[in-house]
Amino acid sequence: MFIQLVVSGLLLGCIYSLISMGLSLIWGVMGIVNFAHGAFVMLAMYAAYYGDQLLRIDPLLFTPVAILLLFFLGVLVYQIIIQYVVDGPYVSRLLATFGLGFFLINMAQFLWSPNFRTIKESMVHGVWKIGSVMIELPKLASSLGSILVAALVFLFIRKTRTGQAIQAISADKMGAALMGINLKRIAAFSFGLGIACAGAAGSLLATFYYIFPDVASLFGLIALVAVALGGFGSVEGAFLGALILGLVETLGGYYVDPNWKYALMFLIYLGIVLIRPQGLLGRGKV
Amino acid sequence: MLEIVNLKAGYRGVPALQGVTLEVHKGEIVGIIGSNGAGKSTLIRAISGLIKPTEGTITFKGIRIDTLPSHEIVRLGIIQVPEGRHLFGKQTVEENLKLGAYLIKDEKKIKDHLEHVYSIFPILKERKKQRAETLSGGQQQMLAIGRGLMSNPELLIVDECSLGVAPIVVEEIFRILKTINAQGTTIMLVEQKVHEALELAHRAYVLQTGRVVMHGTGEELLKSELVQKAYLGI
Repeated sequence: MFIQLVVSGLLLGCIYSLISMGLSLIWGVMGIVNFAHGAFVMLAMYAAYYGDQLLRIDPLLFTPVAILLLFFLGVLVYQIIIQYVVDGPYVSRLLATFGLGFFLINMAQFLWSPNFRTIKESMVHGVWKIGSVMIELPKLASSLGSILVAALVFLFIRKTRTGQAIQAISADKMGAALMGINLKRIAAFSFGLGIACAGAAGSLLATFYYIFPDVASLFGLIALVAVALGGFGSVEGAFLGALILGLVETLGGYYVDPNWKYALMFLIYLGIVLIRPQGLLGRGKV
Repeated sequence: MLEIVNLKAGYRGVPALQGVTLEVHKGEIVGIIGSNGAGKSTLIRAISGLIKPTEGTITFKGIRIDTLPSHEIVRLGIIQVPEGRHLFGKQTVEENLKLGAYLIKDEKKIKDHLEHVYSIFPILKERKKQRAETLSGGQQQMLAIGRGLMSNPELLIVDECSLGVAPIVVEEIFRILKTINAQGTTIMLVEQKVHEALELAHRAYVLQTGRVVMHGTGEELLKSELVQKAYLGI
């Protein structure tokens, strides 16, 4: 049973990782904690849902479309809102994304009702049995998809010119500006990229997860805790934090009480942050 | 080449520059000297577009640049090597250098510039795979200058390059700046090491409380009573 739980936890953790990576990226480039991050996951889930219902495209295959849609939505949100608060006081940066999150969740309730929806059957379905361990194939497909997208984003940041510029801005804004990097343009791109990560995760989650407006709060909070756990500004840290949360969720849910699983996740977070305020792989300053 | 007329700038209403007028000609090394808080950094921040002046104009090759964003100013050929270096610590030496050529699209040109910088600073070639933050202070300063040269600027502004660097390395860096200048790059040298700066500079301006109080050739200033009293402790 233990192995079963670990496997399920890691599968879940991979998807959380992708969401968290986007959050971490946005934080690194513009110093904004995107409290609306979960709302973008939710929007992508609805997009995938309607892709399935209206266009008969499986959410797995819909993922590239979700990535593009959410990327452009992210750039748009940057242009309309974020660019005006990014140099402002901390509180306005915080409230802007907080308000945006509220707005999107309520808009979703208005448009699509608070009811739970599910996608009947994804193209990948069934269970894979290895010994006593059962792996639900939809979850496996979504996790592998998440790892693939995360790896691509990671490579993009490490290997391309734009990726190098993103790293440079995260490390030293003034230094980057003096090299001729257009800060606003890279910030808009990074915001789009971060939201695209949330979008990919949302579409992949739609294959097996309940789709409802308030799912945004859950994923937003998980991503936030994962990033804080791993260390703000560290994409690798966000990945690690998210895997830990996935494990705590399944192991805690089984060994303690399913009702307590989220409480446990936040408790672990509090514990680690009390000992290491900068997070597991954080860079010193908080 | 660079003309600054009656420049005023400040932070949150506190004036740091109170009408600075100066010019830099092509091929020169121009020193800007003065003590802490004299407005040297504010001046070059304004040139690089990091802050917007409240009054006055900055013109480069006949183009008004005081209203342009930083990346446009870089594109015109002005590069600043900032005080404190502002390197990208987690990225490698070579990645830092390549970011210096961010606005150049031509891969071959970037490679040529990289080889050129490596020939000036061979130590950077040895350390090219290392993270910038692992270099010593002097090497970091060389990297900062090398990164500044990667775009082959027409005007290189070097701010306090001697800070936190061993004296013997400062000498080396100053020697290298002289070579770079001889190869055709105009240099604006902002320094607290007044003596060394004046020896290197063709001309220099002395800033005090946001105003140019004196200017002349390096030699003239070295001999002047004001400079000797205020900065050289003679």
